[in-house]
Amino acid sequence: MVEVGAHLIDVVGGSEETAEVVVSAIGVHKSFGQLAVLKGVSLEVKRREVVFICGPSGSGKTTFLRCINHLEKVDSGTIRVNGHLIGYREEDGRLVEDREAAIARQRREIGFVFQRFNLFPHKTALENVIEAPIQVRGQRPSEARDIGRTLLIRVGLEHKIDAFPMQLSGGQQQRVAIARALAMRPSLMLFDEPTSALDPEMIGEVLAVMKELALEGMTMIVVSHEMGFAREAADRMVMMDDGQIVEEGTPEHFFTEPTHERTKAFLSKIL
Amino acid sequence: MSLPDDARRATTLGGLLLVLVLVVGCAGSRRATAYQWDPSIFFESLFAPDPRIIRGVLLTVAIAVTSQIIGVVLGILGALGRVSRVRLIRWLASGYVWVFRGTPLLVQLMIIYYGLLNTNILRWEDIFIGDFRIEAAVQAGIFALGVNEGAYMTEIVRAGIIAIDPGQMEAARSLGMTYGKAMRRIVLPQAARVIVPPLGNEFNNMLKTTSLLTILSVQELFVTFQILNANGPLSFHPFELFLACAIWFLMLTTIWSIIQAQIEKRLARGVPGAPPPGGPGLASRLLGLRRPSADIAPVTGAR
Repeated sequence: MVEVGAHLIDVVGGSEETAEVVVSAIGVHKSFGQLAVLKGVSLEVKRREVVFICGPSGSGKTTFLRCINHLEKVDSGTIRVNGHLIGYREEDGRLVEDREAAIARQRREIGFVFQRFNLFPHKTALENVIEAPIQVRGQRPSEARDIGRTLLIRVGLEHKIDAFPMQLSGGQQQRVAIARALAMRPSLMLFDEPTSALDPEMIGEVLAVMKELALEGMTMIVVSHEMGFAREAADRMVMMDDGQIVEEGTPEHFFTEPTHERTKAFLSKIL
Repeated sequence: MSLPDDARRATTLGGLLLVLVLVVGCAGSRRATAYQWDPSIFFESLFAPDPRIIRGVLLTVAIAVTSQIIGVVLGILGALGRVSRVRLIRWLASGYVWVFRGTPLLVQLMIIYYGLLNTNILRWEDIFIGDFRIEAAVQAGIFALGVNEGAYMTEIVRAGIIAIDPGQMEAARSLGMTYGKAMRRIVLPQAARVIVPPLGNEFNNMLKTTSLLTILSVQELFVTFQILNANGPLSFHPFELFLACAIWFLMLTTIWSIIQAQIEKRLARGVPGAPPPGGPGLASRLLGLRRPSADIAPVTGAR
């Protein structure tokens, strides 16, 4: 039995990856038809770093996040996670899209939390959490259930372990979704506006779990408009606008003396 | 007095209908004097049926179930083909639906049995399993019904798949599942809930459509009654016989609707708006009544 007082990450045993640079994106371009959404985005994220991406809607932040686990294909540029090229392999200097099984294997390492939770509605909270560990990692069901139950207790859902998603509030659903992602022992967690589909009174409970993860040293990239939370939890702020990163810096620098005009304009609107 | 157009047309129509009923009634009553009405034939065919009737019922059920299973399997494959990323597979699946949904089943039956037989492309042979014989015509019939059904099921399953939020597939794949595993574990089980009501319709139809196999002389339920009507002690009592035949079919479809209700109840797991435990009663099921929406459990929180 896993100790309930343990760190969230320790509950699942942590990732085996030890690469110092977890994410390395270089010159990522992406268009949807005529619309260029990403125009050369480069970003490096180190182990245990928490990076917040903000920017006006349509700036490409969600698309960039989705490229990191290959939910979207990039048109050009490369993204590496733990040193492995994501979604592609190099053959004679050219990039070829990887086989499906290879992409699936890479995604095990990358937890993704969606804006709209995307829990599996036909499965209970616990079944949501243990599905992938059993089906993908081949974990023993008894062990997976043990870990899953502990994870759910640790995110404050001890009374909802056997509840179906439709019986849960938005905040509870999002916490199940975070537990579900953690159960795969990811070395990187991506959060795509995890609180923007929530009623205001439920935002805090989700942010509390995320903050705990950040303090425990999980590598995280968070797309969010929760600036107060970013100030507390982020190691680095990234401002995106019109498909490009226009400014990066520590939260201190970012909030007190932004240099770029567009950052200033954005912050004045949102703060 | 001037009536609105619609009302005038309705009265005219009503008058015509009345005349028609009278004419048919008179003709019918004159014939009725000659008809030897024998209710015992009706009751015997239901409660003490000739062994041939029992065999007909069993054969009808066996053909319908086997054909429907083939249809569901082909339907799942066809639907996966229709949503495939490979264009050639999409084309093949669409072509299959196009052909088998676009031509009469009766014509398909003729081609698959007599057509293939006479051109020596495929000669259906009886299969023996011990003493149990599966006739050539029965095999051809099951094949034709199954393949025809697969075309309809393809569209039903496809509708079920595209009704599922794409976020489900994304969530499954972001957890490291392959497309196939995500389909099997996450998307199809949810699609099943959408698929079962139209599938119920399909199987109900299938039970009755088996009587088309009369053109292959397969002795299913309908043909059995045709034979009873044509010769033997019960001959020339079409009213009693076919009324009994209809009730046999009605029993089969009724049993199926009870089974279908059970399946739907099982699949309602975790679904908003699912009927409360116990589900709708049999009576409301058969009459197609819906429970008032006040019974639906409230969904808490943001959606």
